[in-house]
Amino acid sequence: MPLTDTEAAPATLTVRSLLVWGLLAGLVGGLLAFGFASAFGEPSVDKAIAIEESAGAEHTHGTDPAEHHHDETAPAEEEEVSRAFQSTGGLGIGAVAYGLGLGGLFSLAFAFAYGRIGPLTPRTTALTLAGLGYVSVVLVPFLAYPANPPAVGKPETIGDRTALFFGMIGISLVLVIAAVILAKRLTPRIGGWWATVSTAIGYLVAVTVVAKLLPSFQEVPEGFPGNVLWDFRVASLGTSAVLWAGIGLVFAALLHRGLTKLQPQAV
Amino acid sequence: MTHAVALPTPVSIPVRQILPYALFAGIISLLALYFVGAEQGALAIFDGTYVHELVHDARHLLGFPCH
Repeated sequence: MPLTDTEAAPATLTVRSLLVWGLLAGLVGGLLAFGFASAFGEPSVDKAIAIEESAGAEHTHGTDPAEHHHDETAPAEEEEVSRAFQSTGGLGIGAVAYGLGLGGLFSLAFAFAYGRIGPLTPRTTALTLAGLGYVSVVLVPFLAYPANPPAVGKPETIGDRTALFFGMIGISLVLVIAAVILAKRLTPRIGGWWATVSTAIGYLVAVTVVAKLLPSFQEVPEGFPGNVLWDFRVASLGTSAVLWAGIGLVFAALLHRGLTKLQPQAV
Repeated sequence: MTHAVALPTPVSIPVRQILPYALFAGIISLLALYFVGAEQGALAIFDGTYVHELVHDARHLLGFPCH
């Protein structure tokens, strides 16, 4: 630790250690999300794939030329990665890689937020950040463009759906950062409570307007069971919730441990 | 510092110190998210479907449009 100068503020953190904690938190969060997704997400994915394959077999009567694309992109028998591995190892690799990436970004966001977003303790700052991140990066974009299981969503709109989904995440993220900055500026004038409440409402109104203005997609195939769709979407929200909560809590714990270790040098 | 506080008051990290890390680690982190979220779906750096199939279930369950 480079913090040997006792005159310096002892709570000065290095970005390097934050990054390490973020990656560790992301690893743990990714593993936890993998466990949650295996237990609660895979059943609905399996059901959806069974529906997709049986629907593909029946599509001989379909006149939609798009069906040909679908047959090309999702050949049921010519898989490079077996379904068995997709639902276990593949899911794990995906969840952990995503967790590591998110953990890294989370620690960078924390580096900016630390000591800047109001009178919060370090651990509360970490959890607040995870909560804001989940709402703005997961929940709001999900409500605008909900997660879809296999068999839901037309292949020809994948480009538009991807662009709009990422666009919605970007807009939501910019608006939540603007809300936090605005809340900080308003606090001296109207107090922390009203600054927080008014900017939170402002954020929610703004993302609702944006979501309503952007195009939406109704691509659930006729006859697709509603309960499978519901189970999948709840499992999707849950997987992300476990991931973000895992990152926030593990990061907070590592941060607290790191700061407590620094303390004796300062006394 | 007084003994009364459990932890020292947070001191913000200067933005100048964060930026180099934010650039490098940020880009690598975004790449990880991109490969899980979109590679060989709507966008593709590599040809084929291997990445898409490998992370297929994670992509669906993390809420990304898959196909």
